[in-house]
Amino acid sequence: MSGLFGLVPHLVAGWILLVGMYGLVTSRNLVHAVGCLAVAQSATYVLLLSVGFRRGGTAPVFSDASPHSVVVDPVVQALTLTDIVVGATVTALLLALVMQLHKRHATVDPDRLNSLRG
Amino acid sequence: MTAPDLLPLAVAVPLLGAALFAAVGRLLPRRACDVLVTVWALADVVLLAALWRAANRGPFASWVGGWRPRNGESVGIVLVGDPLGVGLALLVSLLVLAAVVYAWRYFAEPPTRSPGTFPALVLLFEAGMCGFALTGDLFNAFVFFELMGAVAYALTGYRVEDPRPLQGALTFGVVNSLAAYCSLMGIALLYARTGELGMAQIGRHLAAHRTDTLTVTAFVLVLTGLLTKAAMVPFHLWLPDAHAVAPTPVCMLLSGVMVELGVYGAARVYWTVFAGPGGIPAGAVRGVLVAAGVLTALLGALMCWQQRHIKRMLAFSTISHVGLFLVGTALLDAHGAAATALYVLGHAGAKAALFGLTGVLLDQYGSVDEHGLYGRARELRWSAGVMFALGGLAVAGLPPFGAGLGKALSEHAAGDFLGWLPAVFVVTSAVTGGAVLRTAARVFAGAGAVPHDSHQAETRGDDEEPEVRDPGRPVPRPMLAVPAALLAACLASGVLPGLTAGLARAGTLFTSRADYFAAAGQGPPTAFPPLSAPSLAGWTGEGALLGLVSTLVALALAATALWGPLLGGRGARRLRDLAATGSHRLVLPLRRLHSGRLGDNVAWLATGVGVLLVVFTALR
Amino acid sequence: MSRSARVRLFLGAAAAIAVFYVLACTGLPHFGTAAHPYGDRAVAATLRQHTANTVSSINFDQRAFDTLGEESILLGSVLGATALLRRTDDEQEFTPGQVRVLPSTRLFGTLLLPVALLTGVYIVAHGQLSPGGGFQGGVVLASALHLAYVAADYRSLKEIRPRELLDGVDAVAAGAFTTLGLAGLITGAAYLQNVLPLGTFNTLSSGGLVPVINAAVGVEVASGVIVLLAHFLDQALATRGERTTTERGSS
Repeated sequence: MSGLFGLVPHLVAGWILLVGMYGLVTSRNLVHAVGCLAVAQSATYVLLLSVGFRRGGTAPVFSDASPHSVVVDPVVQALTLTDIVVGATVTALLLALVMQLHKRHATVDPDRLNSLRG
Repeated sequence: MTAPDLLPLAVAVPLLGAALFAAVGRLLPRRACDVLVTVWALADVVLLAALWRAANRGPFASWVGGWRPRNGESVGIVLVGDPLGVGLALLVSLLVLAAVVYAWRYFAEPPTRSPGTFPALVLLFEAGMCGFALTGDLFNAFVFFELMGAVAYALTGYRVEDPRPLQGALTFGVVNSLAAYCSLMGIALLYARTGELGMAQIGRHLAAHRTDTLTVTAFVLVLTGLLTKAAMVPFHLWLPDAHAVAPTPVCMLLSGVMVELGVYGAARVYWTVFAGPGGIPAGAVRGVLVAAGVLTALLGALMCWQQRHIKRMLAFSTISHVGLFLVGTALLDAHGAAATALYVLGHAGAKAALFGLTGVLLDQYGSVDEHGLYGRARELRWSAGVMFALGGLAVAGLPPFGAGLGKALSEHAAGDFLGWLPAVFVVTSAVTGGAVLRTAARVFAGAGAVPHDSHQAETRGDDEEPEVRDPGRPVPRPMLAVPAALLAACLASGVLPGLTAGLARAGTLFTSRADYFAAAGQGPPTAFPPLSAPSLAGWTGEGALLGLVSTLVALALAATALWGPLLGGRGARRLRDLAATGSHRLVLPLRRLHSGRLGDNVAWLATGVGVLLVVFTALR
Repeated sequence: MSRSARVRLFLGAAAAIAVFYVLACTGLPHFGTAAHPYGDRAVAATLRQHTANTVSSINFDQRAFDTLGEESILLGSVLGATALLRRTDDEQEFTPGQVRVLPSTRLFGTLLLPVALLTGVYIVAHGQLSPGGGFQGGVVLASALHLAYVAADYRSLKEIRPRELLDGVDAVAAGAFTTLGLAGLITGAAYLQNVLPLGTFNTLSSGGLVPVINAAVGVEVASGVIVLLAHFLDQALATRGERTTTERGSS
């Protein structure tokens, strides 16, 4: 794999980040906005995993593979796992805020929240 | 056990405390919880003070899990104890102690009916900030950045009865998390290029390539998260919304040290990762970040002056001071780093005290609105009122407060770089200090004309959900004692003779890449600068004079705001008209910019990233 | 700022970011490159530590400090959700009524629940050997319990969910992780150092401290996720509010 084609996985990550941000900028619903944040975060998973790929590599688990087999980079996988847990818990917190906000404000449209300005 | 063995405990001890309070909090009576959390916070202070003494003898590294490097390479995470990093962690622990003592009688009844929840969250917050200050690994820094972030979102939205904290916390959460993910993208790019995660290791391996677009992009992306935490324009929009609505003890931590950690992180990443060959040229970093700092300082000061919501006013004051810290740090020399460290210390004392006193107003009158409180707090003028004014004078840079000394030293360092920079320090301090003094005079003395409401869309501070539901009680003693102690600490940091010498050496070590690499096992051992290295000047005639000037200007500004509207005569009227026009032309568009909307926040974040990419590429 | 101005501002910035990002990617090593210095060292270290699953060795041994921070974020968000989703003074709890469920759904749920629980335990227990581990298994365990909600109703879920206990278990498991790290310090080694006997490669007891921390994480994740979901479900299904929802605070 060479040339432009080898760039595609990296570029996909950048695309996902920007799409997630676009969603946040235009969002009309806070639940959707928190979802967009999760989309933006998945860019980091894609980039980390694509950075760690090794051609011909197998999973870095040696319970049924020879210790000499070629494996993909395990570090990025561990980082991604940590990242996913971080993302999931932060999403839970933000959704809790949205839920209460809906109760107090009767709206989940971010553009209709205007008590903090100026 | 030696200091390197103990360094991870700076994180582990608060974590253990948090788990303890989360597990047994519901079984303990309120008072027992308060006492226990105070003892725990005190233990953290003692631990970090001991580590700070050790770090002052010379920076040291602690390889968590015992994964020491073999031939300069390791698979583990390193924590680095250098005087500035450990010093910041010590400041964190001191402010946590102040916040938990302040909170003794703060929440009349713990809202969750479990008195352990709030202390547990505060201790987790402390662990996150200490871990971030100490880590020498970029991904680990991201984890602790998210820890302090996640806990801070929850703490900000703690008062769910009122919709405003929820909105502030949500903006805070989305913007900071998004910025953190940008940082992680940058970390992934750096990992792709160098195959390393340790800051010193990445820095060493970057030298193998020339500086290209990949380096610049990674640098800007990593910086995005840190500068968002540091509320640099245009990443700052979340801060006033979050700080205005968080519970008071949390505000003390957010404004006192969390925001400053963003500046620290940016400087740390620059020095360790990007300062060498294959990194980003110092001239570009200095130019861009000094300019951004000046912009942040001036915008923050202007918006600070416009606020009537007292916490929001203090939040904008924090933005403007962080702009000054950014200027001081971005000078990229030891002098600037040391001066900024002292400024951060003095500012933390004054700002935390001011937030604490605002909490007293909220407790007694259920309002933090400058106009609504006009003359209402007269009975507190000899306690809270005097302290509030003293806080304003400290913010304005009055000698011999520590904030004043920090300002004087930063000014001096900045003046060596650009002759007009000291003027920015003087103006910013004068305007932010003047706003605090104006508030103090109106609220505690009923001085000047009755303030009239502006026609511009703004955030009012009345109609707040009181954080305490016990009207008519006297002000709880800790709520006055803690601000007094914080102000005393701010004063002490300006006059303690050994402190400037110690910080001068800390600044030298912070800006010395070779010393850091040696400590982190990535370079040959170095001879650390001797304890008697040339130190900062301390108070000079010029510094004291500029401090007095900014204080006098602050007093004059406050007096104009208070009594200006009462002046008769055609000249005074014409000046008032001029001020009104200026306010309409300049302030109204800026106010509209601070719309508090999530979409605007994210759009400005993207704009900031784009602009930084363009300018760093142009200056590369 | 109007919506269209905001979108224009963003699109301009996004275009700049996109250009620089694409240029930056051309400087990256090609997709599938063979050069992964840290990865190679991590694999070597994993084999030295008698751990078959490299990812688990990194998460619970080599970079266990990251995981400690991340588990603290989980504890923090459980505590945060407890505080944010609390029932305020003007809200009451009520018991939702019984819900009719299709017999086939009930049957499959009842059959699947024990199988899913067992799968979760297996995935946690074999974390150091095969793909999976504390996080993955913990999430499976937590979702298994919620099959009760799918197969029956909220009341049945509440009966088999000891929430108060799980609250405590979550905190104790988080504390256990922190405390396990102290074992290293006490034996004169570093914090979080793997000081237990490493055992025989590819057996359940291999990896020293890895399976122990892995188990603590499994317990924490399972109880943490159950508690988190409990707060959400309680708010959505079992809380009634009287609050008037008016716009306030704006002038």
